Amino acid sequence: MALRFEILGRFNRARAAQLTLPHFVCQTPLFMPVGTQGTIKGLATNQLEEIGCQIILGNTYHLALRPTSELIDELGGLHQFMNWPRALLTDSGGFQMVSLLHLADITEKGVTFQSPVDGKPMLLTPEESIQIQNRIGADIIMALDDVVKTTITGPRIEEAMYRTLRWIDRCIAAHKRPHEQNLFGIVQGGLDPVLRDICVRGLVDRNLPGYAIGGLAGGESKDSFWRVVAQCTAALPEDKPRYVMGVGYPLDIVVCSALGADMYDCVYPTRTARFGTALVPEGVLKLKHNAMADDTRPIDPTCACMVCRTYSRAYIHCLVTKDAMGSQLLSYHNLYYMMKLSRDLHTSIIEGRFPEFVCNFLRMMFPKGDVPEWVCNAMEVAGIDISSCCSPLSSSQD
Amino acid sequence: MKFAVKAWSNGSARAGVVQLGNFPHPIETPCLLLSTRKGLPFFISPDLLPSLPSPDSHLLQVCPLHFLEGLSPKTISNSGGLHQMLGLHDYGLAAVTRDSIQCLPEYNSTNKVGASFETPCGRLLIKPVEYMELISSMRPNIWATLADEVPTWVSDKRNRTSVDRTVRWLDDCIALSPAGGAVFGAIVGGSNVEERRRCAQEVAKRNVSGYWIGGFGLGESRDERPALLNTITDILPEEKPRLICGLGLPEEVLQGVASGIDLFDSVYIYHLTLGGFALTFPLNGVDENESNFQLSDIGSDRTKINLRATVYRKDTSPIVEGCCCYTCQNHTKAYINHLLNVHEMLAQTLIEIHNTHHYLGFFRAIREAIKSGNFEQFHRQFIEGRRNCVAVAAVHA
Ligand SMILES: [Zn+2]
Ligand SMILES: [Zn+2]
Repeated sequence: MALRFEILGRFNRARAAQLTLPHFVCQTPLFMPVGTQGTIKGLATNQLEEIGCQIILGNTYHLALRPTSELIDELGGLHQFMNWPRALLTDSGGFQMVSLLHLADITEKGVTFQSPVDGKPMLLTPEESIQIQNRIGADIIMALDDVVKTTITGPRIEEAMYRTLRWIDRCIAAHKRPHEQNLFGIVQGGLDPVLRDICVRGLVDRNLPGYAIGGLAGGESKDSFWRVVAQCTAALPEDKPRYVMGVGYPLDIVVCSALGADMYDCVYPTRTARFGTALVPEGVLKLKHNAMADDTRPIDPTCACMVCRTYSRAYIHCLVTKDAMGSQLLSYHNLYYMMKLSRDLHTSIIEGRFPEFVCNFLRMMFPKGDVPEWVCNAMEVAGIDISSCCSPLSSSQD
Repeated sequence: MKFAVKAWSNGSARAGVVQLGNFPHPIETPCLLLSTRKGLPFFISPDLLPSLPSPDSHLLQVCPLHFLEGLSPKTISNSGGLHQMLGLHDYGLAAVTRDSIQCLPEYNSTNKVGASFETPCGRLLIKPVEYMELISSMRPNIWATLADEVPTWVSDKRNRTSVDRTVRWLDDCIALSPAGGAVFGAIVGGSNVEERRRCAQEVAKRNVSGYWIGGFGLGESRDERPALLNTITDILPEEKPRLICGLGLPEEVLQGVASGIDLFDSVYIYHLTLGGFALTFPLNGVDENESNFQLSDIGSDRTKINLRATVYRKDTSPIVEGCCCYTCQNHTKAYINHLLNVHEMLAQTLIEIHNTHHYLGFFRAIREAIKSGNFEQFHRQFIEGRRNCVAVAAVHA
């Protein structure tokens, strides 16, 4: 184990912690921006530090293709290659293959896929995934799991869950750098509470440095989503970090944190920037909209980021979707927003005012009090009273 | 804007200083104006700009036409002008229509009422009154009058017309000009020495603060350039600055400096950056390691290297050893090579930072040569050094 996880404060299930990784001491809850190819959308590493990024996620599948894990290893690992002094996390590569390649097929051996380079069939085994991630050298590496779409039902879900448990032992056995890199196991089991329970217990038995909740954010209903998160966070050990994979909408992060999750990743903030959308306390602001053309206010008047301090909506409107600088500046703001959200979650828990923070957040996002029912239900389980920000109508429906 | 010539070297080459109202530090000339897109360098975000050498990097060239894509002059005006809108309070902004990248003069459609440009939002005919409305809203430190720029291959008649129009529009612009902002009178005339002289003489009669020399880099040969440039600068009063667009390569810049040009555009850097090229030439043109040139220097023509080349795949050295730019201080050629391979924008950001830094260093070397009275020697050495490199490269090819 190459991490230390110290809980600094709690509110019911929610927790604020200090996660000490080989390259950085992180404060949780935290959001990890996705730097697929060893960089994040035109932002220099000193800008990412300034924004407050603590951990960057690299995609093993992409990095293994280019520049290759062997080259990264030879040049001293990904930290050195991209000159990022803080923490890194790599995924297993399996999810990318299944979602990007049509011809991926999963067998007991591993994930078979067609090489995008020469079209030849290739096999990614749990051992290989770990070997590649050992070469890349991230602070946290992920076990290869059997990924199934959450919307699928039936025996395939069960098969995938048991296979994920069998593969975790192969991953553990293959892991060559346990004192420098933390291997996280991934809870699978679809939307079935029984399967999720078996998987959590199986993984906890292996005493891993941390655990991820996988197979979510794939099109399942919000109600199923939060229930799976609530079930897993309740069953996972208190003293280990919990990472909800692929989750990135600000509202989802607030709900999951209330339920006791600690880490998140998503391409959403940078992807939506590319399409001209800014994240703001009220939800989103579409800078492409013609109404922005003569709006001289900043994107978010309450935001202290370099972009909001400097530019008007009108100027960003003139840049977005036309000039490289447009998506660069919007990515900057959106990541800043996510980091601020992470910091606010952390400090409000520590300072004992987490419910107030959640209520203010919901009030900004749902000024009419129309907080979605799934949020109300999740908050009830989290033990957070949000009645003050729900309209009488919606709270009577609860 | 204030301008003063401080030193001369070998006849026409001169070193001076530009002083701008909003920026307390004098900027020494000859110098480079950083090309921009909508007022910002192409890939360098504003928080990385201060990493470039100061005050050398504090002059930006802005094309007013860029803002027509989405912003009205009224909004720019309501934003408090360009400095305020761009958050570039201590930068000098020079407004010039020509940007050689996205807003190209479309001389066939230019007519007596206005100049035509091919822009990202289609072909636009800009009349002096509209142009001045833009300038008034933007409030740049320096602005050039509207010109009818033509390439060298047009007929003598068309070239004459372009001079007539440019001079007429100069008067129109001055008549409409707002308070504040230094007016640079536009000089055209193609590759015809007589027309260049006529235009320069007319413009020199007007009440302007400086001169913008257009119509270069539009088909004239490098050999005919010194005569054209000298014809113009011989006529212009010495005490006013001269800005030129269209001379980019180091050799071209040296030609311009030799003829007494003070300010240059940097479109060259943009093209290098897009191509994945990084400048590496020794700033004084003399490579101490001349004899060390080896076959392994693939991907280099000795002024620049192509960072896409596979030789840099595992190269953990910076672009230029000892370069103090952000890029060279933080990243390796191998990383930039990877970023180019996977089409990540950070590649362009890092390359633009290095190239701008490097070219600003070249201009500094030019100024030092002028101030020490050695410009001609510097110029000759640089050209010879380049010629030798090309010769050595040819032998090894
Ligand atoms: Zn902001
Ligand atoms: Zn450099």
